Amino acid sequence: MARIMLENVTRRFGPVIAVDNVSLPIIDGEFFALLGPSGCGKTTTLRLIAGLEVPTAGRVHIGDRDVTGLPPRERDVAMVFQDYALYPHMTILDNVGYPLKVRGVGRREIRERVGEVAGFLQIAELLERRPAQLSGGQQQRAAVARAVVHKPQVFLFDEPLSNLDAKLRLEARGFLKHLQHELGITTVYVTHDQAEALALADRIAIMNQGRIIQVGTPLEVYRRPQTTFVAGFIGSPPMNLVPCHMEIGVEAAHLVGTTFRLDLTSLRDRLALTFRDGEEVILGIRPEHLTLCGQGDPFAIPAETYAIQPLGAECVVILLVDNTTISVRLFTGEPPQPAGRVWVALNPERILVYRKSGELVSG
Amino acid sequence: MKLVQLVLARIAFYLFVTLVAAFFALPMLWLVLTPFNPRGTLAAEIPSPATVANFRLVFANAFAMRALLNSAILGIGAMLITTLVATLAAYALSRADVPGRDLLIYALILFSSVVTGTAAMVPIFLLIFYLGLIDTLLGVILVLTGGLLPTAIFIMRDFVEGIPRSYEESALVSGATPRQMFQDVVAPLVQPGMMVVAIWAFVHVWGAFLIPFILLRSPTSMPATVAIYSFYTEAGTPIITLTSSYALLFALPVLVLYLLVNWRYGFRFFGGIKR
Repeated sequence: MARIMLENVTRRFGPVIAVDNVSLPIIDGEFFALLGPSGCGKTTTLRLIAGLEVPTAGRVHIGDRDVTGLPPRERDVAMVFQDYALYPHMTILDNVGYPLKVRGVGRREIRERVGEVAGFLQIAELLERRPAQLSGGQQQRAAVARAVVHKPQVFLFDEPLSNLDAKLRLEARGFLKHLQHELGITTVYVTHDQAEALALADRIAIMNQGRIIQVGTPLEVYRRPQTTFVAGFIGSPPMNLVPCHMEIGVEAAHLVGTTFRLDLTSLRDRLALTFRDGEEVILGIRPEHLTLCGQGDPFAIPAETYAIQPLGAECVVILLVDNTTISVRLFTGEPPQPAGRVWVALNPERILVYRKSGELVSG
Repeated sequence: MKLVQLVLARIAFYLFVTLVAAFFALPMLWLVLTPFNPRGTLAAEIPSPATVANFRLVFANAFAMRALLNSAILGIGAMLITTLVATLAAYALSRADVPGRDLLIYALILFSSVVTGTAAMVPIFLLIFYLGLIDTLLGVILVLTGGLLPTAIFIMRDFVEGIPRSYEESALVSGATPRQMFQDVVAPLVQPGMMVVAIWAFVHVWGAFLIPFILLRSPTSMPATVAIYSFYTEAGTPIITLTSSYALLFALPVLVLYLLVNWRYGFRFFGGIKR
C-alpha cells in the first residue's frame, strides 16, 4: 500500500544542514520512530515526508509515487502536531471534518464519518465544543481523529505526547499503539523520548546532527547500540560507558581502567585481531548486567557508592568508578545499605567494546 | 495625624482627577447640549426650552446631507480596501522570507506620513489630475488608502505573527489549497486585527479634511468635513446652533461603530501585545 522511501535526502537552512544525506526505507504498515535529541533533524525529516519542507537534494517516495515536488495535499498524508493545531474558531466537529470539507465531501457525509471516528476515539460527546473547552488528552484525541478521518496512506506524528502530563502520556501511548495496530497505516513518529520510541515502534531510527546513526527494532538498538551516542541515549538509565584500554600480551588479555583490571584471556586470540595492545577503548554495559558482589568475583571492579534510588520494583544504585558514574539496576525491592566501598560484577557476555571514536566493535 | 494626612491626600487626588475629567468632558457635554438650544452659545448650558428646530434646518440643507453620504462612501471604501490589502500584505510579509522586510515596513511607515501630509500635496494633486481622478471619490479613496496602508500593514503583521504556523501547516497537510487555508484558518484568526484596522481606517477617513478638500471640486461630492463650512455666515463666522447640530450628526456614526465593536468584540484591542 504505502511504503515510504527517502533517497539521499538533504535539507539545508542557509549554512545549517538539518538533514544530511538520509536514506530510509519505511515498510508498509509499520510503526516507525525517528528518535534523537532536539535539533537532530528528526522533525525536519518528518516535514520532508509531509511536504512542508522541500529537500535541497534527494527524492521522497510514498507508495509507488515520487512525491518530491508535490504539495502536502497531493501526498495523502495526515499529521498530528505537537501543539495539536486544532483551529480555535471551529467546533471539534468542524475541526475533525476539515480534511473532508476541503475534499468537497458533503455536509451530511462529513457528520456521519466524523461521528464514526469520534465514537471510535471516545470524543463523540465533545463534537459541539471548541478546542479550548477540551482537556489536553481530549484535544490530543481530537487531533488524532482529524488525522484518521480521511483514511490517509501515511500517518505522521510530531511529538504528539510531549504536551501531556506524565500519567496521560502513558495512557496515550497505549492508545496510539492500539490505534495504529487496528488501522495498519504506515506511521512515522518523531520523539525525543527513547522510552516512547522503544514502547511504540516496530523499528527505530536514531538521528544525530542530521544523520541517521542506527536503524533497528527496539531490541536491536537496545542490545547492540552501534555507537556510544546511541548507547548513551537509549535506556533509562542509559548504558554505562567507562573509558579504559586494552592490554594484549602473548598469552593474556586484559581490559584495564585506573582502578580495575578485567581478565579477558579466554578471548585473547579474537581480541588480538581487532585491537592493538594498549589501544584506548570504551567499555559499555547495561545497568541490568551489573550486580553488587563480594571481592572474590573475577569480573568484579571496585567502586564508590554515590546515590541509591529505590523505584519500587527495582533499585538503581549509582556508583563512581574512575571518576565516571555508572548505574547498577538491581531487581530487588530492598535497597542495599549505603556502604562506601563496594564491588560490582560485570556479566562478561554482555560487555560491549567501543573504539575511542565511538563505534561498536562487533563480536 | 497620619490618617488625616492620608484622607487629605486622597481628597486632593480626587479633586485633581475630577478637574482633569471635567476639562475633557465639558466639550463633549457642549456638543450634546448645544444642538438643542435655540440660542447659539459657547457655554455648556442646559437648553430651556429644548428645541429640535436646529436639526430641521440642518436636514433641509441638501448639500450637507449629501456630504454625509459622501463621507460614508469615502469611509467605507477606504476601510474595505485598507483592511483587505493590509491583511494580505501583512500575511505575505509575515510568512514569506523577504530580505530586509522590517526595513521595508519602517520605510513605508515613514514615507506614509509624508505622502498624506501637506508636503506631498502638489505632486499628489498632479498625479490624481493626470490619472483623471480629480473630483472623483475614487481618487480620494485611493490617496487616503495609500496613506493608511503602511501603518495598517504594521498593525496587521503583529496579529498575523501571533498565529502559530502549525495551524496553517495542519490545514495544508489536511489537504487544503493555500487559498482554502487562508479563507478557513488564517482569516478567521486575524479577524480581531481586521476589525481594529477597519475601524481605525474608517475613523481616519471620516475625519479627513485636507485631501478631499483639495481633490474634490464639485459641491455634490464634498464630504461632511468640508460641508460643515456651509453653516458659516458669509462673513466666515460659524452659526453655532447649526454647526453644533451638524457636528453631533457627524459624530454619531463613529460612536455607533465603537459601540457595535464593543458589543461584538468587547474591545479586545490587544494590538501589539503577544499573548
